[in-house]
Amino acid sequence: MLDDFFSRALIAGIGVALVAGPIGCFIVWRRLAYFGDTLSHAALLGVALAFLFEVNITLAVFAVSGIISIALLQLQKRATLSSDALLGLLSHSALALGLVVLAFMTWLRVDLLGYLFGDVLAVSRTDIAIIYGGGIVVLALLAAIWHPLFAATVNRELAEAEGINPERVNAVFMLLMATVIAISMKIVGVLLITALLIIPAATARRLASGPEQMAVIAAIIGAAAVVGGLLGSLEWNTPSGPSIVVAAFALFVLSLTPLFGRLANRNAKHGIPDT
Amino acid sequence: MLTSTPSLVTLENAGVARAGRWLVRGVDLSVRPGEIVTLIGPNGSGKSTTARMALGILAPDEGRAERRNGLRVGYVPQKVSVDWTLPLTVDRFMRLTARLSQSDIDATLESTGITHLRLAEVRTLSGGEFQRAMLARAMARKPDLLVLDEPVQGVDFQGQIALYELIQKLKDDLDYGILMISHDLHVVMAATDQVICLNGHVCCQGSPSAVAESSAYRQLFGSKGVDALAVYHHDHDHTHLPDGRVRHADGTITDHCHPDDGHHHHGDGHTQGEKAGDA
Repeated sequence: MLDDFFSRALIAGIGVALVAGPIGCFIVWRRLAYFGDTLSHAALLGVALAFLFEVNITLAVFAVSGIISIALLQLQKRATLSSDALLGLLSHSALALGLVVLAFMTWLRVDLLGYLFGDVLAVSRTDIAIIYGGGIVVLALLAAIWHPLFAATVNRELAEAEGINPERVNAVFMLLMATVIAISMKIVGVLLITALLIIPAATARRLASGPEQMAVIAAIIGAAAVVGGLLGSLEWNTPSGPSIVVAAFALFVLSLTPLFGRLANRNAKHGIPDT
Repeated sequence: MLTSTPSLVTLENAGVARAGRWLVRGVDLSVRPGEIVTLIGPNGSGKSTTARMALGILAPDEGRAERRNGLRVGYVPQKVSVDWTLPLTVDRFMRLTARLSQSDIDATLESTGITHLRLAEVRTLSGGEFQRAMLARAMARKPDLLVLDEPVQGVDFQGQIALYELIQKLKDDLDYGILMISHDLHVVMAATDQVICLNGHVCCQGSPSAVAESSAYRQLFGSKGVDALAVYHHDHDHTHLPDGRVRHADGTITDHCHPDDGHHHHGDGHTQGEKAGDA
């Protein structure tokens, strides 16, 4: 089955979606969407550096995203610049820097579009191994810090007062985010990673009555978007990464319709959104 | 006499400075098991900062803050907002920082009068219901020390009395120490073992009656503060419970209070509430 490029794409995409769903929930809960954007844009800088120093791309992307996320945590603590301005500044500077560094290496011919928008149809067996290996590590670590991380998400001071170390779980979560970005870059590209993280989580919100449930539903919805997007891209010959995001968005729009609404009501008897 | 019991938390000459300004300075306080210590003072007087030092969220820039080893804390912060993106029921909220059995959760919800809200989403609760849920969550942890930052904000006066009575009762039953911040001088004066008036520093401290006598207290709160001591000690023959039922002096519980009941809490609830708001 792995001999077929389309099957490989499906398996890789589903693997990424299963990890992106739960991580994406925390990104939505903690309002880190722009933060995620910054990290994923920085991923291109990681790609450029990987070529420059001839190291593994996934590893380089993880390293750069990880360093930037920890640096951001520190900067936000003391910076006088507002958080969103700081993120906007870093996000686009990192993207531009990546593009410039890539252009400097004139001896190199890279498929820039593949990095920006993903190249899921060129997924290799090694990529699948990285996605599932990394994915399992991410999910295991997330499960380990789930309760303290969630408590710190609801209220940081409350969690801290009652014996949780929010700083530590936040740092672990940032590294998990960097890992997810590194392993999903191949599927949707640096410009669209945040979409794969956020859209399934936002869709799942309407159906979920608890945080754990929302994480599982987000993973399933993400996987459905991957399958739908890839089938669509095969049918209409559209680029695969954007097609997956469009499919996820279609599911989100569908979730706003009465059909989903009824499902949601049955699920969360008390939690009917009034907005 | 009480000094032999080891205190749960102790602040010694503790202070916090931010941007070259002391938020609060020179605070000495200790909370022992079975004791309610209340911080009062105007806005910006350092009440929350002091509570945060006691909790260990803020490290003092001068002086010391010490907590007993392995101290189990239950905390009701002043502002918690849960927005729509978070699907969080009261039941899940109760388990936020502790593993609890369902029977523990049910018992605590029962005692705070919100059993019927167990499966409700937290963000749909009214202000008063949410405060009760916060209090229930902190108490269900079976803490050694309960820290309450304005625990009755948004609760109507009758509900406030019920919550304070509940806090008192649970303290007596379970013997935990309580560090509380409150605006409501009436209740503070009636239900507290020790009062600490803050205004950037400790103005006065001691038992409620001793504090009410002190000139610093009169300066801070004026005549309203002095009235506070007297007002709460009136006779009432029935009490409105958190769930809306009414308990009468003879112990019976009914759904409503009767027209011929004596002193009524509703009426003066408003005026007292307003007074407390001014203070």
